[in-house]
Amino acid sequence: MTEFRKIILVLVGQPNCGKSTVFNALTGASQHVANWPGVTVDRKSGMARIDGIKAEIIDLPGAYGITASSPEERVTRDFLLTGQAHCMINVLNAASLSQGLTLTVELQEMGVPLIANLNMMDNAVARGLAIDTVALERLLSVPVVPTSMNRSRGIKTLKETLSEQLRRPAINTPLRIDYGQMEHSIKVVQEMIIDLCPKRQEPSARWIAVKLMAGNADDAEVMCRQFSCGEKLKEVVAKSRAAFEFETGLSPAVHIALCRRQTVSKLVEACVMARTTNSISSSERIDRIVCHPIAGPLLLLGIIYLLYYLSIVQGYRLTEYTWPLLAKLRQGIEWLVPAPGFIEAPLITGFCLWLTDSVNALLNYVPIFFILFALIAVLEDTGYMPRMAFIMDRALHRFGLHGQSVLPMVLGGVYVGGCAVPAVMACKGIPDERSRLATILTVPMLNCMAKVPLYILLVNTYFTANKGWAMFFISSISLLIVLPVAKLLSLTVLKKKETSPFIMTLPDYHLPTIRGVLGKALERVWLYLKKITTIVAAVAAIIFILLQFPGPGETQIARYEEEKRTMLADFSRAISGTRYAEICASEETTLALILYAQTYRKERMQARTDKALAAINERYEKRNSLFFSIVRTEADGEGQKANRALRALSRQRDGLLVDARRDRLESSILGRLGKAMEPVTAWAGFDWRINVALLGALAAKESVVATLGAIYVPDENQGSLEERMARPDTGMTPLHAAALIIFMVLFPPCVAAAIAVKIQSASTGFMLLAIGFPAVLGLGFAMLIFSSGQALGLTGLGALAAFYTLALILTIGTGVIRPASNLPPS
Amino acid sequence: MLTTLDQIQPGGSCRIAKVTYADLLGARLMNMGVYPGSMLRVVRNAPLRDPMEVEVNDIYLSLRREEARFIEVICA
Repeated sequence: MTEFRKIILVLVGQPNCGKSTVFNALTGASQHVANWPGVTVDRKSGMARIDGIKAEIIDLPGAYGITASSPEERVTRDFLLTGQAHCMINVLNAASLSQGLTLTVELQEMGVPLIANLNMMDNAVARGLAIDTVALERLLSVPVVPTSMNRSRGIKTLKETLSEQLRRPAINTPLRIDYGQMEHSIKVVQEMIIDLCPKRQEPSARWIAVKLMAGNADDAEVMCRQFSCGEKLKEVVAKSRAAFEFETGLSPAVHIALCRRQTVSKLVEACVMARTTNSISSSERIDRIVCHPIAGPLLLLGIIYLLYYLSIVQGYRLTEYTWPLLAKLRQGIEWLVPAPGFIEAPLITGFCLWLTDSVNALLNYVPIFFILFALIAVLEDTGYMPRMAFIMDRALHRFGLHGQSVLPMVLGGVYVGGCAVPAVMACKGIPDERSRLATILTVPMLNCMAKVPLYILLVNTYFTANKGWAMFFISSISLLIVLPVAKLLSLTVLKKKETSPFIMTLPDYHLPTIRGVLGKALERVWLYLKKITTIVAAVAAIIFILLQFPGPGETQIARYEEEKRTMLADFSRAISGTRYAEICASEETTLALILYAQTYRKERMQARTDKALAAINERYEKRNSLFFSIVRTEADGEGQKANRALRALSRQRDGLLVDARRDRLESSILGRLGKAMEPVTAWAGFDWRINVALLGALAAKESVVATLGAIYVPDENQGSLEERMARPDTGMTPLHAAALIIFMVLFPPCVAAAIAVKIQSASTGFMLLAIGFPAVLGLGFAMLIFSSGQALGLTGLGALAAFYTLALILTIGTGVIRPASNLPPS
Repeated sequence: MLTTLDQIQPGGSCRIAKVTYADLLGARLMNMGVYPGSMLRVVRNAPLRDPMEVEVNDIYLSLRREEARFIEVICA
């Protein structure tokens, strides 16, 4: 060990051994989560100070052995082979040593500096196991440290042992397992390896020889690359393997595993005293209910509902308290940027507010996400997740998904009102690459909360008589689209993706710790804020430009000016001869009065008590007593006259602003794009206005209703948006609305969700697919509904029903096709 | 009696004889400490009958029936 090299300690252990609690205990708050290159496996690292020595701790993904049968195990194996670690801490679940020690024995065969950390000692005691750690230490010839990290016991001893290990040069005494009849072949291969590279110390040549003899193709390939084995060595290995199999009739891999198993059995026999109990473990007792044929699914339904209720429903309620904070932020920014002019707001003002609104829309979800992530952490830490997969796998596997796709689907909004961002992020746990990608690509098609305002608008406008049916259609159609699409993807684009056996352990149930749960929740919320909010801000900026430029032409500006002059002149005439006449002297003062009156009215509406109202009055009077005498409720005659005139002016100005905004939208790049697309989208019944609203919604779907509100502005600026959109002159019919609903169901994921897809699939290509595919499909479906609905003379509801039937047939049809399996034919 | 694991009913015990799909399935099973010779007990089927849960050496595992087809077992 040289001084200038960074000290690296790694944590290795099997899944569910409590490795992350050890990691947390060692690193405290200094943690860093990233991805291992090329895969979506978390690379967790942190700094720790061990007796004055600074060391980087890397938490390797859980692995049952050093043979890779999953992406996680591959990462762990490849890292172990690089030999970067100064010391390995092998964390074991003390309650199931016979399983955990197989990994320890193999690590010890590698001859790397090692500490065995028997974690969860409390669990072992609870199970009636007595472990002789001193004997284990002697037999394994590695330091053994018993801990119960859940109860913060043993951390000091672990650090002391580590520091001892780091200070004195490690003595490598690889464990020697007797491989019986294979010993001869191993020796031959081992000597060849030593000849190839005499200076290499670890991993031990004997271990490499055993690994090559075991004959796992993937392992062999990596080892040959790493240790530059020649063709000759490969040939010798192949021959020895064949000879061994011929002589003994045993597969070399099985023989090696059995020999290791024997070693482990001897260790367990010598060191673990089990109080013989016939009682069934408490986990098994819980599983009798959790996995019960009837109670199990019911419980699952209950848990899903609770998850949905606590996070989405209650979390939404929580945003009522956090939203005012965000609104304050917006007010603060409004105060900082230049005030709006009579017609046009300065570009910088519009830009800053747009950006704030876009980011606020996402920040608004933080309380929901926090609750959601905390609850998911609880489900993960208790050990319920694998049970959920166990119960649901059959139904979902038919559609190319996985038992663990349930959670993302619930979060995404299987019913109505989820969010694709946490849904996509929750896909991480799905251990099968193909079904994970299928889930990632399809959950954004579920009904997220942001789609709901448009649904409500359309249902209230065009399906007033059949609201119930329309809502039922909307809430269940997304699942009938997701399932066949998932199947389609797994049969086509994802066909070549790796699938892995479903085999998973159903670990013992654990009580989650507050620290573990909050830590995970905070970590994920932080990831959301860091990765997603920044990108959303960038995309919002681009959309702003597309919506703003090139801006109104000269003739339009001249017309606005003309209208403005008329308005001001009217106002001036109305108040001439009163004591307010001087206000009209300048446009600025008039504008100031308008804005003063607007903010006053707004604040007065918000005041809940008389006391608050009095405070507002006092403040406004202090600010400008002349203005106040106009806007106050008990104004005198002149004041009332001026107030009437001011209201008229204010209304006229609002009308002009709306006109200007519509003109700007129409002439903007996005507006032109919307018009250019009209010939195509007309088949789906979308005119340019709908196109613009939909294009603008790419950043965040919440904006559709707002944009439609801006476009569908009547002359008098009266009536709700529902009333305005239902007018015959808009040309919209329920059939149009039906097509629009279908398109909205399949609307491409928002920027935040798209980024989540990119992170979780580690591929820009998949992100583009997740955006483009639903868009094309949605437009296709919308065209189908609208055009054939028109040809057949269907009503809006009739068209929806026909489409629903079609989707149902498609779902059942694709469910029957046998899943693409990479298992060999039997 | 030689059969495959997917044929064993809940509550039934057997000994693993051979994993016929050795590369991926075999590696995963052996990493988990399950290999030919191990005693195995079928604990239960999932509510929809697939996947199934088995117990081997005090470990509880779940696997799909289509995978269990590749595990040859000897009934006790």
